[in-house]
Amino acid sequence: MPNKPLLRVENLVKHFAIQKGVFKKTSGVVRAVDDVSFVVPTGKTLCLVGESGSGKTTIGRCILRLIEPTSGIIDFDGVDVATLQADALRRLRKDMQIIFQDPYGSLNPRMTVYNMLAEILRVHNIVPRRQYRDRIEELLDLVGLPNSAVDRYPHEFSGGQRQRIGIARALAVEPRLIVADEPVSALDVSIQAQILNLMMDLRDKLGLTYLFIGHDLSVVRHIADQVAVMYLGRIVESGSKSDIFDNPVHPYTKGLLDAVPVPEPGRKRQSVELRGDIPNPINPPAGCHFHPRCPDAEARCKLNDTHLVELHPGHQVACHVHAPASPDYDLANTN
Amino acid sequence: MAEYGDTILEIRSLKTYFRTDQGIARAVDDVSLAVHAGKTLAVVGESGCGKSVTALSVLRLIPSPPGEHPGGSILFEGLDILQLPEKAMRRLRGNNISMIFQEPMTSMNPVFRVGNQIAATIRLHRKLGWEEARQEAIHMLKRVGIPAPEERLDDYPHQLSGGMLQRVMIAMALASAPKILIADEPTTALDVTIQAQILELLNKLRAETGMGMMLITHDLGVVAETADEVAVMYAGKVVEQAEVNALFKSPRHPYTQGLFASLPGVNYESDRLQTIKGQVPAATEFPEGCRFHPRCPHAMPVCKKEPDLIRVGNEHRVACWLFDPEVMATRTPASDKKNEGWEESPDAE
Repeated sequence: MPNKPLLRVENLVKHFAIQKGVFKKTSGVVRAVDDVSFVVPTGKTLCLVGESGSGKTTIGRCILRLIEPTSGIIDFDGVDVATLQADALRRLRKDMQIIFQDPYGSLNPRMTVYNMLAEILRVHNIVPRRQYRDRIEELLDLVGLPNSAVDRYPHEFSGGQRQRIGIARALAVEPRLIVADEPVSALDVSIQAQILNLMMDLRDKLGLTYLFIGHDLSVVRHIADQVAVMYLGRIVESGSKSDIFDNPVHPYTKGLLDAVPVPEPGRKRQSVELRGDIPNPINPPAGCHFHPRCPDAEARCKLNDTHLVELHPGHQVACHVHAPASPDYDLANTN
Repeated sequence: MAEYGDTILEIRSLKTYFRTDQGIARAVDDVSLAVHAGKTLAVVGESGCGKSVTALSVLRLIPSPPGEHPGGSILFEGLDILQLPEKAMRRLRGNNISMIFQEPMTSMNPVFRVGNQIAATIRLHRKLGWEEARQEAIHMLKRVGIPAPEERLDDYPHQLSGGMLQRVMIAMALASAPKILIADEPTTALDVTIQAQILELLNKLRAETGMGMMLITHDLGVVAETADEVAVMYAGKVVEQAEVNALFKSPRHPYTQGLFASLPGVNYESDRLQTIKGQVPAATEFPEGCRFHPRCPHAMPVCKKEPDLIRVGNEHRVACWLFDPEVMATRTPASDKKNEGWEESPDAE
């Protein structure tokens, strides 16, 4: 069953309390993730895209329970991750792993590659001790590093090689789902291409499923099967790769696509579409969160919240102007 | 003020070496570049190619030891920067030549208010009182498009977003009306949407002030949107130099071609990206001859010798034996792999 969802997230909410003063009085909440739902089919790649502060990293960490979600369902292959106890959770971590953005900060500088990977093999009891070295060399081979890397320290590697170590570390437990949190954002273009190719090869070879978090749409285009565009903790548009890239509907998606610099010197863009910064999530704008930056905003955008509306199967958009809800939509939803 | 197009900064055969335990790192080796008034020179290459070291050399910010300049000169308005006494250099640095850095978050002092830091910079270069400097700071913040600048002055750096901080850095760099602005990866740490805004701002300010800009980047998309001239650096050398349209129309050096091929989004039909195999060697271990030859798909025996920059067109020069008429005349067709180019290459490092 190739299209059975491996991961299903429903109504995920994560609020961070803002605490002030000596007594840690809660003075407000940041709605980092505000009612987000999506599915990732087995063997596919879903990309979460958005600017810093849109909540994409928080979602990734909630799924692994690196931070506790406030509410919602995280269904991983029939198990609700959100309510698991510590023991079961540890077993589950074998099935889902994460790759971090910063290849410099995410490896322990005092551990050799061998120690790093052996620790994982020991904790999760993957292979007997005498097979550690063989298994580690196998893993390094898988990510394109030479055997001589085994006894080296992180500082001896370049950024691209460190990211390969990060991937090897994630693969050590033979996971099914990998959350990749901006894995190539800190790398040079040429190295970026190597790592993306590697991730795609591994997906095909090992049957991995990816939740790929990124902000660069030109990168996402290569690896994605499905794309969800996030803005201030909500998904504003989601669909297949061709829905988002060939037929974007939400003004924010269009703005993101437009912001990618094009390597054609003659083609200077007329003007920058997306003005200003992402607003403060403590106090998001009323109505559609995007309306202060939106070139197409109308009066109703300031008043009414938006909902995702399905334009055609698989392609959902939350926009009053470009994807107006049918009149009975609100009625149907309030009941 | 220099006329549009005048050469205001000329780097001639610059060498910047570092003495390290592993040997001498030839981080910048015989590099010649020129920055012209009102124009942007983009310096492109992967990490470790010597782009930033070149920029820091211009500002004389290379610590010595371990750094040294065993050769070359950097001419600014007829003065050789490398020969200036430190006191004269201080008058130049941040005044006539300013710089903005990659990480706006770490370039500012976290414990002082933004306004103080801008005003202090202004007072360093101009005889102004604190109140006047503050007014000037407000004026500069307005120019770089920060809304409500009076209020932002009293913020600490952590209260501003990355894009806002980079605008503040630009305001600070431009406060002394520099003739040259060096921007070292100014948008690499920012979101794409903010990057587009900052690039637009830099273009606008350059047009307004007529300053020359040296933009260091690894992103060819950024180059296309800002540059007039481009220098591609690899392993401490300039390997290709051209007017921007000429370079994008026909990149000649195999390294430049590799950089173009590995751009995501260029080839939508195929999911796989093309890559340059391997990585930039460490500065202490640069190979002899053409430094790119171990990674080059066209490498030939002659590449063990160092190529000169060869003129291949109007304002287009490339350091590659493929463009040497004598070498090409002796090549047999069988050894000519020129048309194979950057197909799928195994991407082991």
